[in-house]
Amino acid sequence: MIDIKDIRKSFGENEVLKGISASFKPGVSTLIIGGSGSGKTTLMKCMVGLHEPNAGNVVYDGRDFTSLSFEERIDIRKEIGMLFQSSALFDSMSVEKNILFPLNMFTDMPRSEKKDRVNFVLERVNLAGKNKLYPAELSGGMKKRVGIARAIAMNPKYLFCDEPNSGLDPKTSILIDELIQEITIENNITTIVVTHDMNSVMGIGEHIIFLHQGQKWWEGSNKEITATDNKELNEFVFATKLMETLLKK
Amino acid sequence: MLFYHFGKYILLLKAVFRKPEKFSIYKAEIFREMVDIGLGSLGIISIISVFIGAVTTVQTAFQLVSDLIPKSVIGGITRDSTILELSPTICSLVLAGKIGSSIASQIGTMRVTEQIDALEIMGINAPGYLILPKVAAGVMMIPMLVIISIFLSITGGYLAGTASGAVTAAEFIQGLTTNFNPFTVTIAMVKAVVFAIIITTVSAYQGFYTNGGALEVGQSSTKAVVISCIAILAADYIIAQLLL
Repeated sequence: MIDIKDIRKSFGENEVLKGISASFKPGVSTLIIGGSGSGKTTLMKCMVGLHEPNAGNVVYDGRDFTSLSFEERIDIRKEIGMLFQSSALFDSMSVEKNILFPLNMFTDMPRSEKKDRVNFVLERVNLAGKNKLYPAELSGGMKKRVGIARAIAMNPKYLFCDEPNSGLDPKTSILIDELIQEITIENNITTIVVTHDMNSVMGIGEHIIFLHQGQKWWEGSNKEITATDNKELNEFVFATKLMETLLKK
Repeated sequence: MLFYHFGKYILLLKAVFRKPEKFSIYKAEIFREMVDIGLGSLGIISIISVFIGAVTTVQTAFQLVSDLIPKSVIGGITRDSTILELSPTICSLVLAGKIGSSIASQIGTMRVTEQIDALEIMGINAPGYLILPKVAAGVMMIPMLVIISIFLSITGGYLAGTASGAVTAAEFIQGLTTNFNPFTVTIAMVKAVVFAIIITTVSAYQGFYTNGGALEVGQSSTKAVVISCIAILAADYIIAQLLL
């Protein structure tokens, strides 16, 4: 369970987050949606400590992350997995070494056990046997899946995904969404997905938070999202002709 | 602005020297960097060193036109100039271009492709993991490269001097072995260590705080080389003033 309380963040004069509070439950994928510049990625970065919020608290199962020092945060960080928009795989390392990296750094598991873990997570993301490939040899979708495999290698309690579908074709996007959803339910992970992809919203949006101009504008599920009369949310949801046509039908 | 960057640089160094998460991983990285910095630079250092010595000998011989000065002085001048100044400083300036730009672009690319963020999310001290092995490898390998450079430079001087007829082999060796002050080697090593720290940390700083994309990575790399070169020459003067 993650609670964020009144998160505020400014870059110089530009106030990006204007006091956002929310709760994220385990076993549920929460989608943070909103237009470009609405503060989605900044909020996520504040939650994982890549940005320091100007005010507010991020609480991981009762532990106030924002009040901890770098060393004190390490224990919580070991419980966090993150999938980056660009996948952020270490390009000097093979797929296997990318996944082994956190295991080597933080565990004393025997080599065979670590290898088993790598094979297990690669199988989980349908990339069995791709251990020796390098990131440059992978397609966009494969990179995302390796990113997910690396993120779940340490059995995280919290999973953050920053635009997991960006740059992917609709079919691969759905596969990635389903994978995130399955992993979340199987391992009872608290998952937060930042996206502006309406396919994801309609597919896995059990809990959705809509940000607009740095504020939480709307909160609900994908069942409620098309029925709302919230003007800004409707503009966002029906921005594509496809969505408009499908929902009219 | 200068103080802002200096303060940020000091804070980065503080993070670099935090206790490593797992020493065995850092050790492996240090060895990898030692190969990159040491063996990877051996070729260029060898080539420039031979020519530095050759040019020093030929130009010294050209300037010594008086019959009152023995030719053996050429060997002594080549030795002292090489040990005190040419090998440590010119090698470090070349290494600032080669290693410095590589460090800045490598770390800068990791920054703009979110690889550094990925390290931080995992709970890894990114400055320590990325920069400490480079600093340690630089401090160990650059003095070694300077020693090799001194040896090759004097050899180059000997070969050029004897081949051109500017000085005989016996005279050159006599000059080399007369009035040798071992403290000059200490000064060369102090310079090499200080320059190694400058090259690795300044370049890493430029790379670590890169913002943007490919263009900015290139700019960081250029800045790393320019600032390292200026800092090396300033440190060269300070060390000379303090130790001589």
